[in-house]
Amino acid sequence: MTSLTRHRPHRGSRAFLPWLAMPALVVFVGFAVIPLVGVFALSFTTWDGIGAIHPSGFTSWRAVLTDPGLPHALGVTFLVMTVSWAVQTPLSILLGTLLAGRQRYRAVLGVVYFVPLMLSSAAIAIAYKALLDPNFGLGAGLRIPVLSQDWLGRPGLAFGVVVFIVSWQFVPFHSLIYQGGVQQIPKSLYEAAQMDGAGRIRQFFSITLPQLRYTIITSSTLMVVGSLTFFDLIFVLTEGGPGDATRVLALDMYKRGFQASLMGPASAIAVILVLVGLALALLLRRLGGRDAGASQLEGA
Amino acid sequence: MALSRRTLLGLAAGVPLSAALAACGSSGPGRDGGATYWYLSGQPQEGARAGAVDTFNKAHPQGRIKDTTFQNDAYKTKIKTAIGAGQAPTIIWGWGGGTLRSYVEAGQVEDLTSWFGEHSDVRKGLFPSSFGAATVDGRIYAMPCEVVQPIILYYNRRVFDQVGVKPPQSWGDVMALVPRFNAKGIAPFSLGGQSRWTSMMWLEFLFDRIGGPEVFQAIMEGEKNAWSHPDAIAALTKLQELVKADGFVKGFSSITADSNADQALLYRGKAAMMLHGAWSYGIQQADGGDFVPSGGLGYMNFPPVDGGKGDPGNTVGNPAQYLSISSKAGAEEKRTAKEFFASGVLQEDETKRWIDNGSVPIRLGTEKLLAASKNADFLQFTYDLASKAEVFGQSWDQALRPAAAETLLSNIAKLFQLSVSPQQFASALNAATAK
Repeated sequence: MTSLTRHRPHRGSRAFLPWLAMPALVVFVGFAVIPLVGVFALSFTTWDGIGAIHPSGFTSWRAVLTDPGLPHALGVTFLVMTVSWAVQTPLSILLGTLLAGRQRYRAVLGVVYFVPLMLSSAAIAIAYKALLDPNFGLGAGLRIPVLSQDWLGRPGLAFGVVVFIVSWQFVPFHSLIYQGGVQQIPKSLYEAAQMDGAGRIRQFFSITLPQLRYTIITSSTLMVVGSLTFFDLIFVLTEGGPGDATRVLALDMYKRGFQASLMGPASAIAVILVLVGLALALLLRRLGGRDAGASQLEGA
Repeated sequence: MALSRRTLLGLAAGVPLSAALAACGSSGPGRDGGATYWYLSGQPQEGARAGAVDTFNKAHPQGRIKDTTFQNDAYKTKIKTAIGAGQAPTIIWGWGGGTLRSYVEAGQVEDLTSWFGEHSDVRKGLFPSSFGAATVDGRIYAMPCEVVQPIILYYNRRVFDQVGVKPPQSWGDVMALVPRFNAKGIAPFSLGGQSRWTSMMWLEFLFDRIGGPEVFQAIMEGEKNAWSHPDAIAALTKLQELVKADGFVKGFSSITADSNADQALLYRGKAAMMLHGAWSYGIQQADGGDFVPSGGLGYMNFPPVDGGKGDPGNTVGNPAQYLSISSKAGAEEKRTAKEFFASGVLQEDETKRWIDNGSVPIRLGTEKLLAASKNADFLQFTYDLASKAEVFGQSWDQALRPAAAETLLSNIAKLFQLSVSPQQFASALNAATAK
């Protein structure tokens, strides 16, 4: 593996290589760096989105940081993040391992299971909202008392529903990542383990899980950073309600910016989102060990 | 690796703001000649709006209006970003009040005071009460249009007969009716609580009936601690008493008004009463089968609260809709827009369409047309309510500035959830509305 990565390209192609990054770089600068700088600058201003932009120093930051809504929104965001990670990861690993097997029907199962990922978040939210309606929903329609809870009207339940739907939507995606990860594990390891008399469960814990270490980090980074920006699903499903029980940071930002016309504080929250996201991604990378780029495959 | 991760993060953080800002670049003001006009989609109202534009365009082939429709919530965001980006349509459709004030302060809309001075016939033809929300610091910045929409207490007559009770004549009656309906498994009040402005209407009436219009007037004027007025606290307390007594339908916090589920509860007899805008009549007529034609739907003004100071004839709601002219539009477009105000808004044909939809246009002298309609009783009721009310309060979320309105709405949701006390509610709002 090392001999492959250190392989030097020809001189001519080396001069050409940086240009290959250009399209990505242009898009990145145009849609990420420039807005980011703009948002950072806006966080030091007062602007209602309509009139003139007035520089106002730290007014917006002070307003955001002293607002009790911020720690609450941060708390909800982190709770959604950790709970949905804790639900999704074991499920995805198990499903991924199951789908990686070569037995019959597994490909069919995999396709069926992939369906939620093809639906838009807004469509999923509208469908679940209708199903969970306390008066006209599934529970009321089928007259099943257990199902006719006030699912989206009680803070705890609404939070649980959000985590459930997020998991339902994204477990297939992460299963796919794990399926790929499992299929990369050399067969020779399992053969050796079988000869040594290791059972299936022992093989899973001693070979599959450790070998999936970097896949777990990749999938977790996607989950964690992705859950920072959950917006569409929650916006359509609960609008952050009931009260502010599901008001995550991204939703808080939108409401401040576009409903309350406070672009300064909304930009400050956007900056906080970026910083939190960066910090988390760095942390996860550290967890993966210093040399995360190194191969974990056979022979490395 | 580092690059790709940052791309992901940067995109993640930048997308909501930048995407929304970029979205308003697609359609601009009518620089290619011809005025532009954005308004809300959704039948039957959309038909009346589009009809007025078509009629005007046929009569004015030289200065035509190009109209575009938007769904309600999308429009509210779109129009703000468009105005902020200098891409506003020539004619800006809106609700007047606090939002109009923010346009005025940013210098984005035309002062129409002198135009109304020259066209006093236009002004005299409309409900006088409709001009309040079009006026900022004594000057008129919008043309009132469309219909008057007071908030009405609707009730299901069949359910009342079934339980053997009479509509409430006082707040005491309301509280007494609650256990009677609950005992029969019928929700006393339907409420689309997730929409929040639906819950807000309850406070608008309770504040007015208990303390009179002065209480909210003080809030509007930015008086310190105006929400902690004893009458305000009394109103908030009464509201929470109703919530605690299970006055509202189960699961009201997750019901939205946009889906009309709250109205379905009323016409299907799952709820006995509902506080809603005058527009709900048309919706129940369209969706409720024979409910409205067979006289199942009852309607009345909000009852007085025993010992309250407010006039029981007062009402709240939308006094009208409002059309402003963008100050950034070209001279030709502005001229077309003003011509539309003078000879295109609420003409005979549009007036008839609104009446057919079950609503009362803000044009004076339509009594005969109203009386000839199949909805004559309801229209007469609305006309009397709107024209005879001593005070027609504008909906709070429209009257207040956007920042204060958002604080109000999110705290109202918590008040109905019983997760804040009246005092906590008042102190959160005091901070948001005091000058």
